[in-house]
Amino acid sequence: METAALQKVARRVRFEAVRMIYEGKEGHPGPALSCADIVATLYFDVMNIRPDQPDWEDRDRFILSKGHGCPIWYATLNERGYNNPKVEHFHLRELGSIFQGHPSMHSGVPGIDMTTGSLGNGIAIGAGMAYAAKAHHKDYYTYVICGDGEMQEGVTWEGVNMAKGRGLDNLVVFVDNNGFQSYKTIEFTIGQNNMADRFRAFGWHTQEINGHDVEQIKAAVTIAKATSGSPHAIICRTVKGKGLSYMENNNKWHKGVPTEEQWEITKRELGGE
Amino acid sequence: MSVKKIPMRDGYGKALLELIAANPKVIALDADVAKSTRSGWVKDKFPDNFIDMGIAEQDLAGTAAGLALGGMLPFTSTYAVFMAGRAWDEIRTTICYNNLNVKIAGAHAGISVGPDGATHQALEDVAIMRVLPNMTVVCPCDAEETRKATLAFAKIDGPCYVRFGREAVPVVTDETTPFELGKARLCREGSDVAIIACGAMVYESLEAAKVLADENISAEVIDLHTVKPIDVDAVVAAAKKCGCVVTAEEHQIFGGMGSAVAECLAKNFPAPQEFIAIQDTFGESGQPQELMDAYGLNQSSIVAAAKKVIARK
Repeated sequence: METAALQKVARRVRFEAVRMIYEGKEGHPGPALSCADIVATLYFDVMNIRPDQPDWEDRDRFILSKGHGCPIWYATLNERGYNNPKVEHFHLRELGSIFQGHPSMHSGVPGIDMTTGSLGNGIAIGAGMAYAAKAHHKDYYTYVICGDGEMQEGVTWEGVNMAKGRGLDNLVVFVDNNGFQSYKTIEFTIGQNNMADRFRAFGWHTQEINGHDVEQIKAAVTIAKATSGSPHAIICRTVKGKGLSYMENNNKWHKGVPTEEQWEITKRELGGE
Repeated sequence: MSVKKIPMRDGYGKALLELIAANPKVIALDADVAKSTRSGWVKDKFPDNFIDMGIAEQDLAGTAAGLALGGMLPFTSTYAVFMAGRAWDEIRTTICYNNLNVKIAGAHAGISVGPDGATHQALEDVAIMRVLPNMTVVCPCDAEETRKATLAFAKIDGPCYVRFGREAVPVVTDETTPFELGKARLCREGSDVAIIACGAMVYESLEAAKVLADENISAEVIDLHTVKPIDVDAVVAAAKKCGCVVTAEEHQIFGGMGSAVAECLAKNFPAPQEFIAIQDTFGESGQPQELMDAYGLNQSSIVAAAKKVIARK
């Protein structure tokens, strides 16, 4: 997809993600917005998928390891045509809604390849999917988006270790490196925010890009696919809350609901075309 | 008379080989203890159907989930204390919540693992697996029953947990003994007390029943191999027939098979019950039989419990 069109899609799904949080009165807007450009680029440009056939055996797989960012995933799936008809009101986090607080494979949302919410698990699960693809001589790719905070979970590095050891070059992991976690910054919490160094130390093919530049995201995937023998890490420098002036780099928006006044700003900054 | 003894894990290894010979999608995963769990037999015979995940139990569980979603049928194994304990979050949220077709084996369970001590004695695994929705939990009594349980797992869709010990234990079933998941096996008929056992305690219960018979006490013995889903009809029928129950298991008293039986009886047919189990304490190093005796997991404890519970009728 053309860059301008992709940027438009990313803006639209940002708006929809914040709208569902505003309407549902619950959710994590900051972490959703920081990975919006990555999710949009994957679904509208990179991934080999069939929205009308979400369980198609040969589809590329996607795992949002940072499950709390799911409003952007729900919005993107909806925009991409997974829901027929399109969902108007998501009823995010409401009793009986298919749009659960953290994504579930079995809540009824078409296109959710994996349940997440317990942080740190995406890479291990993605490695299993990638391993199965190779064992069955399938050429699908498995894409995982991790948060930078969840890289503190030990199982992450168990997965990183295994994926490299097994040469899973059909596994692509994006790290949404917005520099914040729930409470404070990554730096404050563990004293180091060196995502790329860590992946390189484990022998992964590692790239560092601007995670809001769709051209860079596309190019990084192209480079990853052309590099064999190792899994791929794409460390994305991002801004938590990206796209909304009142949210950007303000960690109070890790979880929160816009006021009516802020919703008016949201409509001005992200609404329309 | 010497009793033939075989470790239950041999039954697990045998079953894996049978399953893979029939279905190449079956894949065994282990966490560096394949020799002990017998999943190493797969590595030797079907190397493409084996992954050693290294000492990384959480990764083992997560990767198994991914494999299941990729159309494979993973059987994971490591020591029960780490399999059920260390990977519990992944088993809960990634495997059980999604009802994924991942089979899980906890080896070296119970206090009889012996000299390794409390750190390696899984005495809580049945409780923490049983509490998970969608999970089937089996605690077989010997190698042959372990084999049958493992084979049966492959025939149902969804997560399953089987636990077995390290030691060679008496053979109480053979190839012709019927086995059905969820159906308790009546080992000996009786009318004064129902001894409901699982794992290695089934043999101990049968021996206890002989001792009780010498004292004119008629004990029924039931092998409740499937702890979840529990065979309500069999448990209730035994309690109705005998009027009291002894449960015997190599597990903590809280949350295991005995608790499952108590829950079932409380709801359907309240009856006096005595619990042969580890009494809310950690284990320690020692020889397997020494530990079983020291912690009251033997036939003489069952005999005493039977008399006690009969007196409570």
